[in-house]
Amino acid sequence: MEKNTALKDTILFVGFAAVVLCLPIILEPIGANYPDLLQKIAIFGIFAIGFNILFGLTGYLSFGHAAFIGVGSYMTLWSFKLLTMNVVPAIIFSVMLAGVFAYLIGYVSLRRSGIYFSILTLAFAQMCYSLAYSVLTPITNGETGLQTRAIRTNPETSLLDADLRVIDQAFGVQEVGVPTTNFFGMAMSGYTGFYFCAVLLIICFFIAQRLTRSNFGMMLKAIKSNQNRLNYTGIHTRPYLIAAFVISGMYAGLAGSLMAATDPIAGAERMQWTASGEVVLMTILGGVGTLVGPVLGAGLIKYAEQKVSSWNEGILENFFSFLPETLQHLMTNIGSLFVGEGWHTTLGLMFMIIVIFLPGGIMEGIQRIANIFKRKSGDNSKGASAPQPAE
Amino acid sequence: MDAIFLQVLNGLDKGGAYALIALGLTLVFGTLGVVNFAHGALFMLGAFCAVALERMLSVSYERINPDKQDFLGNPLKEQISYLVDWLGADTAAFLQDYSVPLSILFAAIFMAIVGIVMERGLIKHFYKRPHADQILVTFGLAIVVQELVRHYFGANPIPQAAPDIVSGAANVGAWVGLGDNVIYPWWRLVYFLFSAAIIFGVFAFLQFTTFGMVVRAGMQDRETVGLLGINIEQKFTVVFGLAAVVAGVAGAMYTPVLPPDYHMGMDFLVLSFVVVVVGGMGSLGGAVLAGFLLGILQSFASMQAVQELIPGISQIIIYLVAVIVLLTLPRGLMGRKGVMED
Repeated sequence: MEKNTALKDTILFVGFAAVVLCLPIILEPIGANYPDLLQKIAIFGIFAIGFNILFGLTGYLSFGHAAFIGVGSYMTLWSFKLLTMNVVPAIIFSVMLAGVFAYLIGYVSLRRSGIYFSILTLAFAQMCYSLAYSVLTPITNGETGLQTRAIRTNPETSLLDADLRVIDQAFGVQEVGVPTTNFFGMAMSGYTGFYFCAVLLIICFFIAQRLTRSNFGMMLKAIKSNQNRLNYTGIHTRPYLIAAFVISGMYAGLAGSLMAATDPIAGAERMQWTASGEVVLMTILGGVGTLVGPVLGAGLIKYAEQKVSSWNEGILENFFSFLPETLQHLMTNIGSLFVGEGWHTTLGLMFMIIVIFLPGGIMEGIQRIANIFKRKSGDNSKGASAPQPAE
Repeated sequence: MDAIFLQVLNGLDKGGAYALIALGLTLVFGTLGVVNFAHGALFMLGAFCAVALERMLSVSYERINPDKQDFLGNPLKEQISYLVDWLGADTAAFLQDYSVPLSILFAAIFMAIVGIVMERGLIKHFYKRPHADQILVTFGLAIVVQELVRHYFGANPIPQAAPDIVSGAANVGAWVGLGDNVIYPWWRLVYFLFSAAIIFGVFAFLQFTTFGMVVRAGMQDRETVGLLGINIEQKFTVVFGLAAVVAGVAGAMYTPVLPPDYHMGMDFLVLSFVVVVVGGMGSLGGAVLAGFLLGILQSFASMQAVQELIPGISQIIIYLVAVIVLLTLPRGLMGRKGVMED
């Protein structure tokens, strides 16, 4: 049995890595093969995997993960501005700082569970968001957002409008205008950027897989199924919860850092509650508690976002052109609610439909379909007597 | 002394709004056991009821007036509102002036329908589901409502005027003998009185009617009430409708204070949740108390002197208080034992 699981895991991991690395080829037929979208899919995949470590394993629903995205983004930008345009130090610092933030927020929030926890994390994220817009403007540059600039020539200039890049300067890097972010000389744009994110995604997936299978992961699952019983057996659950929260915060910090690395600007809107809501949706759309589900959800939502928000009324009119004219007009009007600017309406509806009809997400859907086929192929007794364990 | 009194007053109207939203949240949570993330959206819908009514009252058509000429010498085109044709100029002007107070009626009816449809259509199916599912589905609903409003009313705030008679400022200082320095807008005073009246109304309804008794019993022990042969589901619908109406009228009346925009609901919801948590989950009195308390605290934190001492405190004071309260009094100020303890 043990061997079997290990083998399955290896197959899953290799399959996952292969699919991620071949994404440009796989997504070619559906017209999604451009680096911007691919990068986003990989980055949000990391975010969703991290979120799933907390929500999927322990059942603690955090509504404040966007705060760590923001922390990661700002830290990355500051590393670009002060040290070097190389992404490696930026990512390391961002992940560490996000971890520190996650520890502080988790230490307070995890004193409560259930809905209290959700509200506390939401409150903390909103607090970070309003601070970034108000008091912390010297660090965050408020509504304009933090950007990389040219090297400072006049010492009077504020650091928001000019950069130091101490390390790059020490190595005598010549800069013409504002330089691009790079990974030891390779520019972090286009497919290079995607493959950099993709490799990190695969590493993150591997870590998450190992975590899930470890004793630590078992403990987290035990917390989800019955925390009281754990307490009665004399196990102190809070350190495990805090560790899970910090790990998942670090994943979010990494995602935020990559967002800033592929597109060097950081704004406070990344910390808004809608961003936290989006990652929750990705996770439940794919399948809470599964390994592949969150990445699948992230990919689907980013793809849908790109597609749906690019549609306009003209496309809708064409689409409904087979209908009589009045009906076509009506359908176009109704449809325009959901496309273009109205993408968020679609997102909200998807949210509701998934929660109502398929709480287990796509992975559960696949499982159900697979079960139907199993039963059809004559394996009646097994299908009936071994129901799926409830989450 | 003047300044302190003024800050207390300043906090009252905001506190009133927090208290009204938190009251509805607590009512729904206490009786139905449902965490409603769409409650802020209901507040926002109420505010847009006021906008919609104002627009309806000024629906007009264009008429060419041959007697007058515009500056180019062409016959003047006049916008005549239908209301003027039907009811005469005086009545129409009166109705348009009082559109915000009138919108209470409109909002109450509209929100009652919205609330009942929402409960019957969606919330009903989530009584037995985990809290996380309830949060998620109402969160999705909140996004949908908010985006629909944005689609029809645009993204910009739409200012609403209070009736002329209460548009100025009241010299509150003179009333209490503090001199002429304490001046306070009439409408905010009206809003405070209005919210106090609604709160008393809801409490009286719960305290002195048979229906209210059943609801209070339901908050204590839902199952037993059901076992006693009372149709608890039907009561739930009414309670949810009531909460929606309270949030709606609170939103409609708040429009002259804060021009409504499509995301005001979420802004208020986050704060109201904090209010509920500070007050104590499931405690109606706690929700009202914490609402006013946090409103007043927030207005103190935005004083010039305090701002200079600790910059940015006005943005985060509510969250800070929430954190401190939760760490010291895990059940909130007036929380009851056994509510959301698991």
